[in-house]
Amino acid sequence: MSNIRLIARLDIKGPNLIKGIHLEGLRVMGLPNEFALKYYLQGADELIYMDCVASLYGRNNLSEIIMSAAKDIFVPMTVGGGIRTVDDATNVLRFGADKVAVNTAAVSNPKLITDIAQRFGSQCMVLSIEAKQVGHDQWEVYTDNGREHTGLDVIEWVKYGVSMGAGEILLTSVDKEGTRKGFDIALIRAVAAAVDVPLIASGGMGKPEDLLEVVNEANADAVAMADILHYNRAVIGDIRTLASNEGLSVRHYE
Amino acid sequence: MNKPEIIVIDYGVGNLLSVQRGLEKCGAKVNLTSDPQKILEANRVVLPGVGAFSNAMKTLKNLGLTETLIELAKLKTPLLGICLGMQLLFEESEEFGITEGLGLIPGRVISVPNQTISGEKQKIPHIGWSSLYSPIMKDWSNTLLQNNKAGDCAYFVHSFMAMPSDSNNLIAECNYGGTKIAAVVGKDQITGCQFHPEKSGEVGLEILRNFCAD
Repeated sequence: MSNIRLIARLDIKGPNLIKGIHLEGLRVMGLPNEFALKYYLQGADELIYMDCVASLYGRNNLSEIIMSAAKDIFVPMTVGGGIRTVDDATNVLRFGADKVAVNTAAVSNPKLITDIAQRFGSQCMVLSIEAKQVGHDQWEVYTDNGREHTGLDVIEWVKYGVSMGAGEILLTSVDKEGTRKGFDIALIRAVAAAVDVPLIASGGMGKPEDLLEVVNEANADAVAMADILHYNRAVIGDIRTLASNEGLSVRHYE
Repeated sequence: MNKPEIIVIDYGVGNLLSVQRGLEKCGAKVNLTSDPQKILEANRVVLPGVGAFSNAMKTLKNLGLTETLIELAKLKTPLLGICLGMQLLFEESEEFGITEGLGLIPGRVISVPNQTISGEKQKIPHIGWSSLYSPIMKDWSNTLLQNNKAGDCAYFVHSFMAMPSDSNNLIAECNYGGTKIAAVVGKDQITGCQFHPEKSGEVGLEILRNFCAD
């Protein structure tokens, strides 16, 4: 097994880093790349940039932010939000991203997953899923930043997405997102059991110890952290030390 | 003082911007080109690469660059191959049938095993941060790793791995499920990194800095 990855997630609206609760009620935090650089220097294993209003307008606004980040940040960067075509993916990769995350457009046109995977390799194609609980051990796929429901079952969709070529899953619990109440363990465990590709758990990390639970009990391969870092409630180095002390295998970082 | 000038070979593969930015961070002036003449006149050359071995070799051939790279090795120009660019340095690869490589370092490229050494299923590609170790009796001084130390982590994304036939050409390894994977190889002025130094934080920048330094 690879080292558990500690990923900083930056949700962006226009020029600003924002943070919401349940992906709504967005609060402006500041300039995204000031936070990105801070997390890079703290030892983030990767960064995820999500343009959270892109699907509303059908375009991704992040190119300039990514291009500027690539001057100072030398860890893998994933970009999502408003990626609708292979050309959109080509563009953000050209600006310095290593992977693209696709949600809304993959739901309306699943072949996009295959097209991106064939063009750039499946390691580059991250399927982003926003999940809301609808019953006992049942979750529905949402798009457009938790605004639109699709009628798709999360477990069925993730299996289909991987069969279409997705190389990694970014799974956000809309119910837990921004709540600091810990990850949706049942959701993450169910998705991890359904597919073989790496799974990034997102939404709800309120304290460093939440990492242990999502890895040990739900088999996540990585965590995406936002609120806990943005509000300085923990720094990545302390989370790494805790993980290492508790026997999780993480990147050795000095 | 003039900045060291480095050519990054642009043959239509991979995230060249990140390689360029990494080298610039290390103080280099970077030119992207596929012009054989410019490459032969360069002080230092980087061969990047993401994607399939056979496609990359075909593209290099079509651009007339296979001869250029072989000539470059004769000129003893420092050359750094990254990821697929490292695998291309070898004699052949078994990715989608046997494809001939540049043959600058003896050995071949095979797939990363999809089982751990104890027989458990493991994920392919090998993606993520893995520690670098030196093989027995190998000293990293006078290599691009001279400022690194055992245990330093680098970022890997690959499904195939190089098997140098001469152990003298193996500089560093990583361990994936019990399989030792060639992480850094070298012969004369040629170095290859299986991982992405431009995505490996300070550990990778140290390697690029050494490559840029005189």
